[in-house]
Formats: sequence, C-alpha cells, structure tokens
Amino acid sequence: MNTASVQLPAWINYGVIPLLNLALAFFFSGLVVWAIGESPVEALRLLLIGALGRGEGIGFTLFYATSFIFTGLSVAVAIHAGLFNIGSEGQAYLGGLGAALVALSFDRYVPWYVTMPFAVIGAALFGAACAAIPAWLQAKRGSHIVITTIMFNFITSSLMNYLLVRVLIVPGKMAPETRTFLEGGQLPKLDWLISMFGGRLGAAPLNFSFLIALVMCFLVWVLIWRTKLGYEMRTLGISPTAASYAGIPYAKIVMIAMLISGGLAGMMALNPVMGASARLQIEFVGGAGFVGIAVSLMGRNHPVGIILAALLFGILYQGGAELSFDMPSITRDMIVVIQGLVILFAGALEYMLRPAIVRLYQQISGK
Amino acid sequence: MSLDLPKEIEPAIELVGIDKKFGAVHANKNINLTVAKGSIHGIIGENGAGKSTLMSILYGFYHADQGEIRISGKPIAIRDSQAAIAAGIGMVHQHFMLVENFTVLENVMLGAEGGQLLRKGVASARKELKRLEDDYGLEVDPDAVVEELPVGSQQRVEILKALYRGAEILILDEPTGVLTPAEADHLFKVLRVLRDQGKTIILITHKLREIMAITDTVSVMRRGEMVATRKTSETTVEELAELMVGRRVLLHVEKGDANPGRVLLSVRNLSVKDARGVTMVDNVSFDVRAGEIVGVAGVAGNGQSELLEAIAGIRKPASGEILIDGKPVAGIDPAGLRDLGLAHIPEDRHHMGLVLKFEEYENSILGYHRDRRYGRGAMLDLEAMRKDAEEKIAKYDIRPPNPRLKTANFSGGNQQKIVVAREIERDPNVLIIGQPTRGVDIGAIEFIHKRIIDMRDAGKAVLLVSVELDEIRSLSDRILVMFAGKVVGEKTGDAGEQTLGLMMAGIAA
Repeated sequence: MNTASVQLPAWINYGVIPLLNLALAFFFSGLVVWAIGESPVEALRLLLIGALGRGEGIGFTLFYATSFIFTGLSVAVAIHAGLFNIGSEGQAYLGGLGAALVALSFDRYVPWYVTMPFAVIGAALFGAACAAIPAWLQAKRGSHIVITTIMFNFITSSLMNYLLVRVLIVPGKMAPETRTFLEGGQLPKLDWLISMFGGRLGAAPLNFSFLIALVMCFLVWVLIWRTKLGYEMRTLGISPTAASYAGIPYAKIVMIAMLISGGLAGMMALNPVMGASARLQIEFVGGAGFVGIAVSLMGRNHPVGIILAALLFGILYQGGAELSFDMPSITRDMIVVIQGLVILFAGALEYMLRPAIVRLYQQISGK
Repeated sequence: MSLDLPKEIEPAIELVGIDKKFGAVHANKNINLTVAKGSIHGIIGENGAGKSTLMSILYGFYHADQGEIRISGKPIAIRDSQAAIAAGIGMVHQHFMLVENFTVLENVMLGAEGGQLLRKGVASARKELKRLEDDYGLEVDPDAVVEELPVGSQQRVEILKALYRGAEILILDEPTGVLTPAEADHLFKVLRVLRDQGKTIILITHKLREIMAITDTVSVMRRGEMVATRKTSETTVEELAELMVGRRVLLHVEKGDANPGRVLLSVRNLSVKDARGVTMVDNVSFDVRAGEIVGVAGVAGNGQSELLEAIAGIRKPASGEILIDGKPVAGIDPAGLRDLGLAHIPEDRHHMGLVLKFEEYENSILGYHRDRRYGRGAMLDLEAMRKDAEEKIAKYDIRPPNPRLKTANFSGGNQQKIVVAREIERDPNVLIIGQPTRGVDIGAIEFIHKRIIDMRDAGKAVLLVSVELDEIRSLSDRILVMFAGKVVGEKTGDAGEQTLGLMMAGIAA
C-alpha cells in the first residue's frame, strides 16, 4: 500500500513522528543499558539531571548545542540547494584558523566586541574557502560533492595539523596549539543568561557565540524562505530541470550555496576556539560537523527544527558525559552507542513509522 | 450500474460497491462494474475522475474502504500486486516499469527468475517467451536491450511481461499516449488477438476515438462515480463526452482566419545535438509571424523537444540562428529570453514547468521570480506573490482556488492551467508551447485551446508542438512536420490526417 503521497497535518509530521522516533531510540538504548546490568530508568534520570539539572549542566548542554546549530545550518543550507555537504567538519576546522588569526592579531589592541565581527567574518571566509574548491568542481566539472567534501575533510585535517605542529605552536611548548588569546580575543561567557533563570554557569563554557548561532538561524530562515536567492536554491534543490527552465544558473547557485554552507560551518569554530578554550587546539571540532548532518536531518532542514535537534544532541553529549561519570559501567563508548541509536531512529529511519501512522490517522480521522 | 449481460457470457471481474476516500477526497463512490470475459472494456473519464484509483485498487496498490472484488465469480482479497498477479491480473502502466539496460528477456523474467541460478530459468523463459510472441503476434527480439527499442516495442515487452506471469486480465493505462498512429494501430491489433484468444482487457483512456475504435463495452466515470456503461456500438463520441464532463462540450475549436503580420520568431539553419552528440535537430529553418499559430507535428522523439528547448534557451544549438523580432538571441539564457518577450509552456510540466513540492503561488512566479513586482532587491514579497496568484486562479478557474496548496495536489489539468496562466499573463510576443494538453481533461483542454487562439488573435506569434495530431490540426494555421530531426514538409492548417500521418512516418514529403 502506498502511503507516501498521503499528507499528514503538521503537528503529526513535525511533532508526533519525531517524538515517537526519539522514544524508540531511548527504548532501545534502555535495552542496551539493561543488558549490561544497569537500570535504564536510573540511567535516563542521571542523563537528564546531568544535562538539565543545574546551571552548569545547562551551560554545557547549550555550549554543545551552539556548535551543532552552526554545523546543522551549514548542512541544511546546502541540502536546500540539493547538495549534500559532508565537509562541515573540515570547513569548521579551517574556520578555526580564520577565527584564530583574527583573535591573535586583534586581541592586544581592541576589546572583544571589536574583534568579534572580524572573527565572524574570518571564520566564515576560511570555512567558505574550504568549501569553494569542492563547490567549483561540482559546478563546473560535475565531480560529486559528497566525495570531494569528504576528501577535503582529510586535506584540512592534515593542513591544520601541520600548521599547529610547525607554524602556530608556541615556541618551546609541547602542545600543538596557539598561545592563549588575551581578553580582546575571547568571547564572553553568558553568566547573565543562566542567572536570569536562577542558575549559575560555573565552569561551563557557554559563550556569546550561542547568540550568534541564534541570529544565524534567523538569517538562514530569511535567506531560504524570503529571498529570491533562497527561492532559486530551493528550485534547484527540488528540480534541477525546472531550474534550468526558469533560467536559474546552476553553477552560480551551487557556488553560492556551498560558500554560505562552508561559511556557517566555519563560524562553528567561534564557539570552542574563541568562546571556550581561547586558543586554537588540534582536532577542536571533534565530530561536530558530522553531528550537524544528523541535526539537519532531524530538524527537517528548518532552523527551528535544527535548534531543537541541536539541543537534543547537546543533552546527549552533556548528559552522557555525566552519566558515564556516575555509572562507571556505562563507558564513553556506550554513550556513543546511544547517540548512534538516536541518529539511527531519528535520522536514518525517519520514515519507518510513517506508513503505520498514516493508516492510524486515516482510521481515527474517519478518512 | 452493472451491465445486463447475456446469460452465456461469464464475468471476468466484478466490482461490487467499491468505495475509497483519501482524506476529504472521495475518489471512488460505490463503484459497481462488471467486465465480461473475453471482451475489451474501456473505462473513460477526465483526470481525477477516479479511474486510476479504481485500477490501483484492482491491482493491490490501494485497499478499498468498502466493497468486494470478484474474479470469475469468486470474491478475492487483493492485498498487494503479487496477489493481483496470482489472481491473473496484469497491468501495463502508462510509464513503463522496465529496466532500461536489461534485455527484453531479462525484463520479462524479472521477479520470476525461477531459482537461485539463472541458467535454467533463462532457457525455459526463452521458450515461453517465444510461444507467447507467436501466439499473440507480439514480435520483439528477446536479446535486444530495452532502451534501444522504440516505444511501441517497449510497450509490447510490458504486455509480454504480464502474459508471462499468466495474466488473464490485462489492464492498460493510457497505452497510446506515447505511440505513433501506426504503433497505436498495431497495439489495437494485438489487443484484438488477445481478446479473441479469451483474454479480458480493460483499457483506461481519456481519448474518445480509441474507445470507439477498439472497445466492446465502455464505462464512463465522473467525479468518483461510475455514471454509465454502454455497448460501444450503441453510443456516440458526443454522448460519451457529455457523460464525462457532465455538460455539452465543444469538440472542435472555433477560430476565425489568421491575420499574419511581421515575422516575430525566426529559426535559421538550426541544428541541435543531445548530450551523447547525436544530432536531434538537423538544419531546420522556419518563421512564425505575428498573429499566426504554427504547429509542429511529429512522432515523439523526432527532435521537437530539442527544438523547443533550443528556442527557449535551455539547450545550446550546435549551429544556426534564432531571431526574436529580428534580434539574434544565441547564447541568451531563459531568463534573458523572457525579458525579450518569449514565453514557454514546456512539454513536461512535472519536471520543467512546475516544482511540484512548491505551493501554488510559488510556482506562479517560476522564471519571473526576479521581477520587481514580486519583491524589491533581494527579497521576495510574499503578499504580492499571493495576490498575483489569486488573480490568476480566479481568471483561469484553477481549482481548488488555494494558492497555499502544494502543486502536486492539483489535478493534471489544473497544474497545466497554473503554467498556462503564468506564461500567458505575461503578455509575451512569442509563445512557444509543448504538448499543451497532455494528461489534461476535456474541460481544461477546451479552455487552454481558447487561450492559445486568443493569443494568436491578439497578434502574438505562437509555435505549437504536439504529438496529438488532432490538436495540431484544429489549432494551427500552418503545420510543419518533423521527422528524424528535419522539417520534412509544410502544410496548411486544413491538411488531411492521412497526409500528415504519412509525413510523420517519414514516408511521403
């Protein structure tokens, strides 16, 4: 029976189905926890308290979510133009170089709020630069963007390792990282935001880039649904033949979409580099680029969905860390398994429950 | 409304009280239908009348909410297409379900390979295929690769596939949409042989002439209901058309004499190659004047599509010139051509003319979205877009009148009206049109034809490409016939069907 063409109301599409997927993911995670002899209910409690229980936990959750919002937006913008950008990881890594170069050159002379706009531009430019070559190859040569962006992840990784070990390292130090930025090169922590809700941020690295991420969500929404460029991107993304009929230039739109996508991924670096550690460290992206793919898929490529999905993954990261601390038999790897299950059910198996729900909906609504 | 059959004729299929709703749409309302064994039964109706839904229920794609299906008198539950095949029902879809780079034999065997190893299955399949071909006059080379076969032969492969699976009842969904008149004749011959050997055939179509030419019995559907069943010999085209639409229809377009003015579109020695480098349009020259409709007749695939796309700026010509109002336009992209007063109603509204996932109002600006009136600078003005869409909806009677509805949810005729409204309301000087009424119901055809003639009478140059010879003949002031990429002849609008048909087959110039 063909249910794919049946339209469901928005509250089912965007509410019930994701929540059911999430419930399934937690159910199977619970089975895993139960199988190694721990209480699933207790584990869930610890996870949620760890992520949302105290101001500091919330601060960490939002800190992780910030990175995922940037990379999720990056993936979503490309998907709207029909491009699957797997390279957010590398683009974010190179974006870190852009942010760090601005911070290192400005931090002595000006306060943070002067450095920040330049750092945003620097991070975006370097991220975009990393996306530019795959974009050009796709636009002009037809090389598949998935393949080229994956390869660029390796290229940027090697390039950054080289730069950090040989060029940017502080002379005489062992750690492959730049010097610590002065205050003029750091993004301030958002203590006030947490204390508004009566909590204390403590050591959590939640910083100003969270607000930049929210602004970017709004700007991406405007771009995709309110501008002529966004209209052209969506047309190309859904129907390349209709785009050519309408005179929408393929190469130009592919280039622009990928540059914006790369730029958004690059901005992710602001959060860990200028917000948390105040220096450029090796492998600072830590998989956030790949999580962005899941976040974008789960969030239906819509900024509001991306914020919600990013929060979910923030909770899993922070709560998971706390959980493995409180329940030693649940190791870091177990947390990865649980995250994997969430990605599996919420992302890859997104449509698994749909036919059943369509039938149920048709029965209840009396067709 | 089952037909009173003589006692000795046994029914192959009986549908009793079939009812199906999709949300608010009542696609099939209490349908009763009896199809006699060994007959050709036509089902006719406009798009959206519920023919496809009914056949999908019969073939197990959908489940009826109520009602019963009986095969040879026995009630049967058809859960999926496997069950349908097991019950002896075969379906030939409008869009072929063939693996293009497989051979005919491989396609026929697909899904019925017989065991894990192919060899034994291949040998017996080859034998069986040979027998079927001989019995029914369906000659196709079993080792030919499907994509290299002409469309008519591909369709024969589909029929063979169904027969190979033991089909006693064949359902054909709009089978002649892609065929030349000669290929259609051949198909009809095959269908008659099949019937005479005891197979039952259900033919779904919206072409009245086919119904009259081939069926024994015809049932008419309108808005989900089976409104009448007639013996074909006892009915007329006029009666059937009226039953389908629910009112009297003009089957012929009324138009006055053309009043051609200066040349607005000129094509000079144009050649176009496809992606593989094959010449699809071969040194073609013609003019279209203001105030005339020039029709391009031809069997699908003889270069008409490439000609249209080249004029529309979508495809780069290999050589030659295109002039709009005397100005060479080579190298100008579709957006630039629109600014020069060219409008294009493309052949394929699903892939070119519309973005089906867009809401209606978003499609009503496709190609014109950079216009100032849909928003200043980089921004889109959604208010203005929706107002504009509402005006077109009202003027072109697009239903349902909801600019926020997804375009995929409109019927074929209404989708086409969205495209026609968008292109004609720009008041272009040159209008190029491909297959304006493919998959469009009679009511909408009448409407679209009137608009096209209005454009001509308003002094515009109209180039019309269609594989429907009737359409070309009733609209065109001059007719060009294309065969194998060349214009093989020019006739006046009143040229006979026979003459044009021969030219289309490349036989006479």
